[in-house]
Amino acid sequence: MIRLTINDREISVPENTTVLEAARMHGIGIPTLCNHPKLTASGGCRMCIVEITGIPRPMTSCTTPAADGMVVITSTPEIEELRKLVLELIISDHPNDCMTCEATGDCDLQELAYAYGVQGVEYAGEKRFYPERDGNPFIERDLAKCILCGRCVKVCNEVQGVDAIDFGYRGFKSKISTSYEEDLDCEFCGQCIAVCPTGALRGKQWARKGRYRDIEQVDTICPYCGTGCNITAQVKQNEIIRITSKPGTWNEGWLCVKGRFGYQFVNSPERLTKPLIRRDVQFEAVTWDEAVAYAAGKLQAIRKKHGADAIGGLSSARCTNEENYLFQKFMRAAVGTNNVDHCARL
Amino acid sequence: MAGLAAIFGSGAMTNSIREIEGMEVIFIIGSNTKETHPVIANRMIKAHRKGARIIVADPRRVPMVKFAELFLRIRPGSDIALLNGMAHVIVQEGLQNDEFIREKTEGFEAWKRSLREFTPEVAEGISGVPKEQIIQAARIYGGSRKAGIFYTMGITQHACGTDNVRAIANLATLTGNIGREFTGVNPLRGQNNVQGASDAACLPNVYPGYQKVDDKEIRQKFEKAWGVPLSPKPGLTATEMMNAALDGSLKALYIMGENPVITDPNMHHTIKALNSLEFLVVQDIFMTETAHLADVILPAACSFEKDGTFTNTERRVQRVRKVVNPPPRARDDLTVIKHFSRSMGCPMEYDSPEQVLQEFGRLWPAMAGITYGRLEKNGIAWPCPSPDHPGTEFLYQDGFPKGKVPFVPVPFTPPAETTSDEYPFVLTTGRNLFQYHSGSMTRRVKPIEQHAGEAYVELNAMDGKKLGIKNGERIKVRSRRGQVEIKARISRRVAEGIVFIPMHYREAAANVITNDALDPTVKIPEFKVCAVAVERIVSEADEQKNAEG
Ligand code: SF4
Ligand code: SF4
Ligand code: SF4
Ligand code: FES
Repeated sequence: MIRLTINDREISVPENTTVLEAARMHGIGIPTLCNHPKLTASGGCRMCIVEITGIPRPMTSCTTPAADGMVVITSTPEIEELRKLVLELIISDHPNDCMTCEATGDCDLQELAYAYGVQGVEYAGEKRFYPERDGNPFIERDLAKCILCGRCVKVCNEVQGVDAIDFGYRGFKSKISTSYEEDLDCEFCGQCIAVCPTGALRGKQWARKGRYRDIEQVDTICPYCGTGCNITAQVKQNEIIRITSKPGTWNEGWLCVKGRFGYQFVNSPERLTKPLIRRDVQFEAVTWDEAVAYAAGKLQAIRKKHGADAIGGLSSARCTNEENYLFQKFMRAAVGTNNVDHCARL
Repeated sequence: MAGLAAIFGSGAMTNSIREIEGMEVIFIIGSNTKETHPVIANRMIKAHRKGARIIVADPRRVPMVKFAELFLRIRPGSDIALLNGMAHVIVQEGLQNDEFIREKTEGFEAWKRSLREFTPEVAEGISGVPKEQIIQAARIYGGSRKAGIFYTMGITQHACGTDNVRAIANLATLTGNIGREFTGVNPLRGQNNVQGASDAACLPNVYPGYQKVDDKEIRQKFEKAWGVPLSPKPGLTATEMMNAALDGSLKALYIMGENPVITDPNMHHTIKALNSLEFLVVQDIFMTETAHLADVILPAACSFEKDGTFTNTERRVQRVRKVVNPPPRARDDLTVIKHFSRSMGCPMEYDSPEQVLQEFGRLWPAMAGITYGRLEKNGIAWPCPSPDHPGTEFLYQDGFPKGKVPFVPVPFTPPAETTSDEYPFVLTTGRNLFQYHSGSMTRRVKPIEQHAGEAYVELNAMDGKKLGIKNGERIKVRSRRGQVEIKARISRRVAEGIVFIPMHYREAAANVITNDALDPTVKIPEFKVCAVAVERIVSEADEQKNAEG
């Protein structure tokens, strides 16, 4: 264990902990922009600077290892001034359109600007301009809003192992780019969206469906593969408008393209909405009572004539445990046969 | 997963996904993890960054190969030769876990003799993997005591699927790589609740919790709990039901939420079987290819529209919550089954889904400690026998329920269908990253359809050249059972002589041409290997040109 002092509080943390992590472990807040707890630190934005006794210049807490006897102060007038400067620089080159930005309410930059009272356009410097649009159907990339924190590059490399994007060019022209600046063509896991601290990366299908006010968030499980990732459905007026995942669950907030972007089927106009009975070649819409009475009658007649084992049931690996339990109980107890299986025992 | 259950006691993953991070060696065989279980692949990549060594054995150069120290490109259907060959080397080099073998296993000597013939040379001859690589893989896996094996349908969807699983289990038993944290045998389930559907006993031979229907005491327990007499006769599997429908002994079928027309092998056979029924009820969220054949169709709620639990591939029971209301007259399956049972004169009444889970827990101790309240924040992995039990991350810490683990000799059986002059290519089927299963859900998601909406067959560049097939050209793939027209994707993923078709696309349904030969034990059809011909589609204009030229 390492013992150090942060803001007059003596704390102890495990070896290999950064000053930022140490502070967070003990509920001491330090503002950050480029750092993400699940990714390696780059020390790029300098929002997280702190004063460490014995070191003359402010240090980025996300890259400085905590050491025994270290004395840290997270906020002084000078440090706050420097942080404000960092923000002003970023925001001077950031489109001032929180009004229509999809990320409003879910943006680290907006929150910090609010906290530090930084308004748009302090310097009338040169602005970056990115006319091109990316043709991929999943991810909207608005490079003008990119603050070059590098989280997306890191998550794509460290977590997803795809390396679809990287820093391109240098200095003022620096930007996040695919190779040869082609349209993004990757696994579309959306991990980069999940870690982006601004509105630079968003889901295309989220556009104008609703931001972060008046939405309901419900935790549930992805309907697709056996991994069973935790997802949070964001809902507005009985419509799923976005799927996210909380970093605190076993899947650590990571999802794949199906889990993150594959929810539109729920509102498909092709959903079955009425019980149907086949009359000759046509289907006829009927009431539930009619449909079930008809089906139950048929099953009973067949059972009477041919025995219960002339009836079989196939259930689904997509139904819940409760439904599967009840389905087999129905086949065994109500119909009277063990002819029950699920289609994909795989 | 009968193979695994017969050996260790349970057919489920023995480790949790979290444990992947602590493994030294990750051996992936017959699993395209990065596309079929992408978030599990994320964990493997994390482990890789921490220094884990990854071995991938697959007929295709799947995306995980990028992280592998060793890629064993095996011929489809030759897994047993590779696995036995590795075991041979492990024994030869003394890398086995003698203590584990002595204390926890039986049948070692006889099995060891059965390995004799599987020299690396022989294994190379059958599997096509160079013997140096087989030796290297054996040393990596055998040299570690924190090694996990991962597999999916690439292993089980063979006529010899059960033997494949046995061969995998032998390897883990030989090295004692099971029953501890960070080491085990892990079948990755394809669909979100395959584990739960099996646990809940939508299986013809067992009651919930894998309790045998033909065991009198167990049957009496369930008769008492459910208040009705029960049939002692094990039922038919899904594939057997299709055959029984064809021969007329099965008259009616009730299908809840599945689309066998697309997902079962040999589509023509399935359609014919369903058409032979006197009565078919289908309960689903869409008018699927299977629903089209039904006499009664019942509109169901999807998993965003109901409460309940799913059990994921690591045995973790997790809470599914109602997010939105279903379409006005669609109903969740529980409500429908209750309605049905009342009409059949055998009412099954529950006030909530949780009551159903509680009944399940009373009948299967492994589930007894799980309540909705406990699942509020995080899921719990079974076995969880009591309300204060934390659940079980890895199985067999305290030994194996069946006592000693048997070593079972596994002879190599070639795939049921081999190539011939007429059908010179081996077709394998599987999934891709973007679509899911029969596509009934993902194909109704616009961006997914835009990006991955077209069926394709992966073909090696050399084969393309030989046949004069260009990337993107529509070609014909034909087997003894049927044929599809499909776009060619020239790809370095497949080796020469092998083609791959994803299963999701009804307009080019791979299962028109695959094989319904069954594994004799678990009766899973052989989707994975079948012999096909690959041909250009020559239009009349082309022919004319050729004739003139
Ligand atoms: S969507 Fe995933 S793969 Fe694509 S760039 Fe983002 S992180 Fe990388
Ligand atoms: S796109 Fe977002 S995550 Fe990526 S560098 Fe820009 S601001 Fe950071
Ligand atoms: S998000 Fe992807 S990996 Fe996770 S359960 Fe869904 S389909 Fe599987
Ligand atoms: S958060 Fe530490 S430098 Fe950006």
